[in-house]
Amino acid sequence: MRVVVAVKAVPDLVEEIELTADGAGIDREYLKFVLSEWDAQALEEALLLKDAGGAEVVVVGLADDPEIDQLLYTALAKGADAAVKLVAAAALGPPGPSGPRSADRAALLAAYLSAEPADLVITGVQAADDLDGQLPSRLAALLDLPHVSVVIGVEAARQEGGAGSVTVRQEFAGGRGHELQVQIPAVIGVQSARQAPRYAPITRVRQAMSAGGLSEVVVPARPVGAGLVVRRVHRPEQAGKAEMLTGSAPEVADQIVGLLQARGLVKR
Amino acid sequence: MVLAEHTDGQVSDGTYELIGLAREMAAALGGVTEVALLGRPDLAGQPDLGGRLGAADVVVCVEHPALEQYVPEAYERALLEVLAQRSPRLLLLSNGTVGLDLGAALSVRWDAPLAAYVSALGTDAGAVVATVQILGGKVLAEVELPGERGIATLLGGAFAAAAVAAGASGPQVVHIAAPPGLDELRMSLRRVVAAGGTDLDISAADLLVSVGRGIESQDNLETMVELADALGAPLSASRPVVDAGWLPKSRQVGQSGLKVKPRAYLAFGISGAPEHLEGMRRSELIIACNTDPGAPIFGVAHYGTTLDLFDLVPEIVDKVRG
Repeated sequence: MRVVVAVKAVPDLVEEIELTADGAGIDREYLKFVLSEWDAQALEEALLLKDAGGAEVVVVGLADDPEIDQLLYTALAKGADAAVKLVAAAALGPPGPSGPRSADRAALLAAYLSAEPADLVITGVQAADDLDGQLPSRLAALLDLPHVSVVIGVEAARQEGGAGSVTVRQEFAGGRGHELQVQIPAVIGVQSARQAPRYAPITRVRQAMSAGGLSEVVVPARPVGAGLVVRRVHRPEQAGKAEMLTGSAPEVADQIVGLLQARGLVKR
Repeated sequence: MVLAEHTDGQVSDGTYELIGLAREMAAALGGVTEVALLGRPDLAGQPDLGGRLGAADVVVCVEHPALEQYVPEAYERALLEVLAQRSPRLLLLSNGTVGLDLGAALSVRWDAPLAAYVSALGTDAGAVVATVQILGGKVLAEVELPGERGIATLLGGAFAAAAVAAGASGPQVVHIAAPPGLDELRMSLRRVVAAGGTDLDISAADLLVSVGRGIESQDNLETMVELADALGAPLSASRPVVDAGWLPKSRQVGQSGLKVKPRAYLAFGISGAPEHLEGMRRSELIIACNTDPGAPIFGVAHYGTTLDLFDLVPEIVDKVRG
């Protein structure tokens, strides 16, 4: 089974995010980009399928994503079999605040997958900078494949009479779930893998880097619809909701304990 | 047009929020509010339907056995049929599992722009304008949905629910024949899994000590365990901590975890992504500790501090233990 994992670099949310002076986007210059956390879960789920026997895992990202080489080499170090960078043959549509929009990403991936079909496409259910919706179902619609999002586990089902299938667990609010059997090829949007993403030791990442092995594929950029018009980007107005506690750590600790004592939640 | 979400015959709270918002948009754009109700014949045919979806002007029903439970492909095909026949100006979906499944696919198949993670929706000179939360709620984008049709997936808890009370007549009910595609689906529901038994029920606690991404590593969790022990409160967490495997799923607060409403919620190292806020914003008292003064958690917290949690937490433990 050929499993393609689509990955994306997103701004590291631990860092402070600066907006550009014109209010059109975020300032990328000093921003650190990391693998989208849901894509990390998707990669882990794909590697678990490989561990269970039989999957070939190909990780695919956009060549223009910041830090993409590092992300792909790390994926190889974790056990992916191949890594591909997609190069758009033509200009993309208007970007989102921190990079190409989902519509463009989906179009490029659809072009790649039309030429190099996968049995299963696994990707993160969402990304922190999705503006125009999420990749998995957009990609599936372009390829006319069945799709399921918010998945917390994928298992290859027995091959019965030709068409293969996978069994996935889809999660709803409060922990309720549906177990679905889905014909492959299909697109799966992963919320979380069955286990926490594995760690790639830095020595293995370096080995992968020195071995090279990232391939580039030029894909036609399908024109996507006009899509959303971004008027402006701004920070949320806090409206001064929280009263900020000031002072040293012992002083603030005093105030917090006082607030809890006043409600009888801590003994005086 | 609002897609109604329902489980075991119960319409979700979020659906009423969407209907309330749809009524505002219909008033602003000049139109009516329609609700698409996909499902079982007995559900759509219930006599009190008007009472339950009474804030809508029209309820559009599609009935088919494949729609008995939510199955993404079945819902997508049925909803496409509804969209083709009713041609709404706007489709509103929840930003939960259903919206994540259907929103972007319908954007392609119905050829309409999609705004996701919408926290506010309105009109400006006839255009539909949405405020979209991105980057964990740290940045807002104001976007316009151009053209004659659009889709928005709305964050839960951000909008007031429509009054359930029906008018004297109730909504007009329209039945649409199920499209043939529902008989040839490429996926099937094997079983429904109830919310699992848990080690403890965090939604029952008076006081919660909650930890987020700011804890940085599993080893650092010990600091928070000490605080939780000192306060006699369970430890809960935002999604990144649970996804990393540092705490079990039963401890997760938020859209994909549990909704909690304790008397006090202490948030340490939680920036306040929209899906987390949805799960805890109704707590009676919220005290947040985050080194980023711009963190969205301070928008819902009553008290806040930008001290480093590793400096603050041991001090609280000392005070409580005396």
